[in-house]
Amino acid sequence: MTMQPTSRAFKANAHDALADAKLQRALGFFQFGQAGLAERRRQAVDRLPEFDVLRDRAKAIKDHTLAHLDWYLERFERNCTEAGGHVHWCRNAEEARQVVLDICRKLNARTATKGKSMIGEEIAINDYLAANGVEPIETDLGEYIVQIRHEMPSHIIAPAIHLTQHQVEASFRKTHTQLDPARQLEEPRQLLDEARGILRQKFLDADVGITGANFLIAETGTSVIVTNEGNGDLTQLLPKAHIVLASLEKVVPTLEDASTILRVLARSATGQDMSVYTTFSTGPRRAGDLDGPGEYHVILLDNGRSALLGTEFQDILRCIRCGACMNNCPVYASVGGHAYGWVYPGPMGSVLTPALIGVENAGHLPNASTFCGRCESVCPMKIPLPKMMRHFREQEYERKLSPRTVRAGLAVWAFLARHPVLYHFLAGKAAALLGRLGRRNGSFYGLPLAGGWTATREMPAPQGRTFQAMWRGRQAGKVR
Amino acid sequence: MAETATKPRVGLFITCLVDFFRPSVGFAAVKLLEDAGCEVHVPEAQTCCGQPAYNSGDRADTKELARRTIALFEGFDYVVVPSGSCGGMLREHYPGLFADEPDWAHRAQHLAARTYELISFLHDVRGMRGVASRYEGTVTYHDSCSGLRELGVKQQPRALLSSVEGLKLVELPAAEVCCGFGGTFCVKYPEISDKMVSAKAVDIASTGADTVLAGDLGCLMNMAGKLKRQQIEAGGPDIRVRHVAEVLAGMTDEPPIAAAKTRDGA
Repeated sequence: MTMQPTSRAFKANAHDALADAKLQRALGFFQFGQAGLAERRRQAVDRLPEFDVLRDRAKAIKDHTLAHLDWYLERFERNCTEAGGHVHWCRNAEEARQVVLDICRKLNARTATKGKSMIGEEIAINDYLAANGVEPIETDLGEYIVQIRHEMPSHIIAPAIHLTQHQVEASFRKTHTQLDPARQLEEPRQLLDEARGILRQKFLDADVGITGANFLIAETGTSVIVTNEGNGDLTQLLPKAHIVLASLEKVVPTLEDASTILRVLARSATGQDMSVYTTFSTGPRRAGDLDGPGEYHVILLDNGRSALLGTEFQDILRCIRCGACMNNCPVYASVGGHAYGWVYPGPMGSVLTPALIGVENAGHLPNASTFCGRCESVCPMKIPLPKMMRHFREQEYERKLSPRTVRAGLAVWAFLARHPVLYHFLAGKAAALLGRLGRRNGSFYGLPLAGGWTATREMPAPQGRTFQAMWRGRQAGKVR
Repeated sequence: MAETATKPRVGLFITCLVDFFRPSVGFAAVKLLEDAGCEVHVPEAQTCCGQPAYNSGDRADTKELARRTIALFEGFDYVVVPSGSCGGMLREHYPGLFADEPDWAHRAQHLAARTYELISFLHDVRGMRGVASRYEGTVTYHDSCSGLRELGVKQQPRALLSSVEGLKLVELPAAEVCCGFGGTFCVKYPEISDKMVSAKAVDIASTGADTVLAGDLGCLMNMAGKLKRQQIEAGGPDIRVRHVAEVLAGMTDEPPIAAAKTRDGA
């Protein structure tokens, strides 16, 4: 079963997140400081004069691929199969989970190591495997941490960004009970070494290795992953089978195209020129290879994506999961990733989530944006995120999903705005009244119908007369 | 007649917030435009650009209000707006509303091409490089999102502010990060909005400036409201908040936004 979304409870989730002191401390480290990902991205982009040209080229590659998606997917399948791999077309999460389990069962797998995969989260593969007797082991450090804490990742490239170092230490002490309770764990390096020590044997023991894919390359039938820890390589090379979880839109036509997009990917994500490891996998181990899996499977997951082709939401399929939009989002920085309630947080999640699970289940997400536009301005694929969030608001409005009070308020306001004489008459009266009441203090501590604002902010008082009324006076004076 | 014939005719789109809350910003805009050699007109039947409907998904009312605005401002050489947000609506969003109505799309594009945010109009179109006003104080400037990212308003206000006698400009950390106003956002998600404006208030206070300026009244009311509440409840710093046009026009007699009548100015 797919993880039940709590996106409908976004407001309550956000309320809890804002009151969570530990989370707020973790988020404070995360964003706007000199060491933050947003700042590192900015510096990396400044260092590369051709970044904007690359961005346009990367966008064009994806647009072209999406316009001919069927052709490139079939080409990928042909070339992957020719290299000895197996391609599994899966319409939805259930089909994908079943295929993964069938492969595990065929190999009598007891454990499966996992590289970082958002598709793995989308199809909730861990819970499914565990329920069916296959133990999944996350090997990306951040994913490992959230797994032992029974949490979801809160960020698509930095899954444990919502945690402080002390929380990680506490979880390690609680989970790794086989180790000396008196050991030192105060330094990040010590935490890293401990996880590495625990995971080493898991890599060697695993029967199946599951990774995601940053790209599928049609011309060679290759899957590509980028990591900074090398865990992906151990995950996919050592076991009997390597299973790649990839959604349809991961395909690009050529190796050259993947290289172009790689040049914007890491810079946008972490400010690195390239990730530490970029690994290309084509088919299983060949005769004479020193290592490699005996079987190579690619799950091609649709799960609602093909339905976005040709719609106003197609552009979200250009997303390369760099995370720049959330790293630069002031709403994400305020509430963290869990508040969004499903797999994909931040601006890209505020579009992809309603696109995949329906706006009726995630209506808050495209609404909880000031349309500040920072996400679009940093997106390496130039995805018009605010515009698509607005399209979801239009869907809500048309389907009458938006709150009745909001609709009624809008209707009254729109009526007035269409009737200038009445509008100016009422505006004049209201400005005079509020101006008189607010004259002494210059602002209001509380106002009817503005409780959300005045709970934490003063409401500035109007000056007392409208500009239009004063302007009319001035013009009349001129004529006389 | 001969004299006015050479002057560009500017239609001032006053915006509902300036009209209702702070007409002094409108008169500052008029003064700056007249100083820049423009003939200013204010079409009386203007109301709102339609952004609240647009961002609430109400496309029909948005188009209706856009049509009204387009028709009202058709006769001017330029349309100038003392707000990057409303200016962005006219300039960047109106044409897209009429994709299936070529006549209106054409008229919307014609309006968009002549529409400017006030400060960038003065600087970029009228070539204004300095003002003859005076302001005693240390000032910091917040880049409102739509002006910055939709209309490229960044250096123009700083360039003009640097010509104001007595004014010391200090840069605001994270000046390009949203203040949390966001139109209906601050009503729909007040807690998140408050978190964002609180972060902004910390950054403002860190500059040591006694005045914060911006080009959009929505952001200004949000920041002023937060700063004043902090001042009342937590003894926060006393920081004056004004629209940049007031300072550039030398029209600071009215109290700052959210400030009591007795303080400051006259």
